[in-house]
Amino acid sequence: MSEPAGFGGPAEGEWRRLDRRTLLVTAVIMAGVVIGAGVPAAVGMAGGLGLLKAVGWVSAGAVLLIICGTGGDYIRWRRTRYRIGPERAELHTGLLLLKRRSLARERIRSVDLTAHPLLRVLGLVKVRIGTGEQTGAGESTLELDPVTRAEGERLRRELLDRAPGKPGTYGDGTLASFDRRWIRYAPLSFAAPLLGASAAGGLVQLSEWFGVQLRLFAWLGDYFRAVSILWGSLVLLAVLALVGAIGALGLWIEMWWNYRLEREPGRTLRVRRGLFTSRSVSIEERRLRGVELVEPLGVRIAGAARVDAVATGFAQEEEDMRSDKKTLLPAAPRALADAVAAQVLREPVSPTNSVTLLPHPRAARGRRLRWSVAYALLPVLILAVLGLLLTDVLLSIAAVCAVILLPVAVLFALDAYRNLGHGLSGGYLVARSGTLRRTTVALQRGGVIGWTVKQSYFQRRAGLLTLTATTAAGEGAYHVYDAARGEGLAFADEAVPGLLAPFLEPEPEPDQDGTPRET
Amino acid sequence: MTGEGARRLRPPNNTLDRRAIAWWRTQWLLLTAGPVGVLAVLGALITPARVWLLVPAVVLAVLGLACAALIPGWWFRVHRWEVTDEAVYVRTGFFWQEWRIAPMSRIQTVDTVRGPLEQLFKLATVIVTTASSKGAVRIEGLDHELAAGLAEQLTHITQATPGDAT
Repeated sequence: MSEPAGFGGPAEGEWRRLDRRTLLVTAVIMAGVVIGAGVPAAVGMAGGLGLLKAVGWVSAGAVLLIICGTGGDYIRWRRTRYRIGPERAELHTGLLLLKRRSLARERIRSVDLTAHPLLRVLGLVKVRIGTGEQTGAGESTLELDPVTRAEGERLRRELLDRAPGKPGTYGDGTLASFDRRWIRYAPLSFAAPLLGASAAGGLVQLSEWFGVQLRLFAWLGDYFRAVSILWGSLVLLAVLALVGAIGALGLWIEMWWNYRLEREPGRTLRVRRGLFTSRSVSIEERRLRGVELVEPLGVRIAGAARVDAVATGFAQEEEDMRSDKKTLLPAAPRALADAVAAQVLREPVSPTNSVTLLPHPRAARGRRLRWSVAYALLPVLILAVLGLLLTDVLLSIAAVCAVILLPVAVLFALDAYRNLGHGLSGGYLVARSGTLRRTTVALQRGGVIGWTVKQSYFQRRAGLLTLTATTAAGEGAYHVYDAARGEGLAFADEAVPGLLAPFLEPEPEPDQDGTPRET
Repeated sequence: MTGEGARRLRPPNNTLDRRAIAWWRTQWLLLTAGPVGVLAVLGALITPARVWLLVPAVVLAVLGLACAALIPGWWFRVHRWEVTDEAVYVRTGFFWQEWRIAPMSRIQTVDTVRGPLEQLFKLATVIVTTASSKGAVRIEGLDHELAAGLAEQLTHITQATPGDAT
């Protein structure tokens, strides 16, 4: 940033407009919508009115719609101004209801750029400027839609770069970049079965729209009669899984192509990615309170992990504030994930790796076994009761379910118990839990802003408790499930010295049932 | 569990206001009165199903009265709170006992809330929020003057603390 006075002088930033080509973008989008809706409408009307008349009516409507949309956008463009002053960033917008929003520059924590394909072709980006505040969805963000890419980059640098010309000493530059071999983890995520299921649902829906649903079901019925039911459903499942996997691959490529994680001189982490829609997410390191290693079951079995940032200011506000915004690294080999976590935190070794996790008492295993067996038995019981009342077929299905579900439930419970652990590593508190989605969070001890200790009646009898560290970042609270009572409290006390200590008292007697009697 | 030096959380020093018992009792009674009233009226009007409506009404009424009689006193013994110079400390619940600690230096807002019933009993709820979306501490059923004083005291302390408490 060698041109400090380059934009309207240091005293007052000048008012600027959004890029004029937003009109073109709106017109093209409206045209797309109109064509999408107009063609079927014209086809439908052609039957009654004759082709020429139908096309005439529809295109008149289309032109009107495009003009209205573009005109509206023109007014929005005319009425929208923004200014980046030395103290504040301001945005004025709105026709009847004037909205004036201003953010103190020192409170600005994120400047994110996104560009869908149309914007990219025109060299434009959408900019979101946000403060790290959790309150009031939308109140604390300015959205500039759109500005030129160069202007977006300038805003990003200017607003986030608080110490220009002072390069950081620890691993500036690229921390990780796209590796096409990571794609092998994409079909292992939970997106694949979800996409497969939604493909099936979509097919059924589509067939209904075109009035061929009955024919589809008839065809399926014939198919199942031709082969055996078991074989038929296996093939069907395989097809759906394949569709889901292909969908997951496509989604992954669109989301993560050109991925790059960088550290910039202003102590900012930046993630850039996207094949069609390009996205740039910046996270100030001041906002960072730790990292989270996320391992969905399939990904974990393949020896990979995803790295999420635990940062303040990811308010759950709008739909594009989804969880993938905080992802620093997509599912990648575990060693790389650890290395990236270490670099992000500026530690020689990632705390998630260097920590020795203390396993939880055996009572925690019993709790997990009981819960998961109960969950497995519930459908079995329902089927069995129905079977006794109605038909014997259900009884045999219940038996099959029990034979399949019970061992799976036990395996999951044992795995869940094995994954429980907590520990301290340097300035970080590390906690791990989960089986279908194992998470290992490394939270800065200074980022813990309170404790919640929970103990159900049964936990009390088993001498366990659940510790929850509340924090301003990430999900707001991170849990240590079913830790031993005394050890858990000692851990919480050690993790954040002085916070818990005034409220602890020595255990009076080694009372076996652990019921507090002081009340 | 871990032998010598094992510690546990001590109960907070203060109990709630005694009027909270009556407040909880009223809540239980109102909660019971709604469905029981509906069932009773329906039972009176629909003669064929009278037994099927009145029996549940009686059962619900007995259960609700039992809860109203027993639970508030128990809650009063279990719910406790304390404010020190460093932190706010609250304990609630019995079957799901919960201790919440929010350090003074991380408190962002202090609210007092008074619902219509609370106003009737001259009670108030103090809600202390931190920067965490999940870290709010609620002290329900305080004497309203005490609550106002407490909120003022907390606000003073938090204003004196520098930083944005994240």
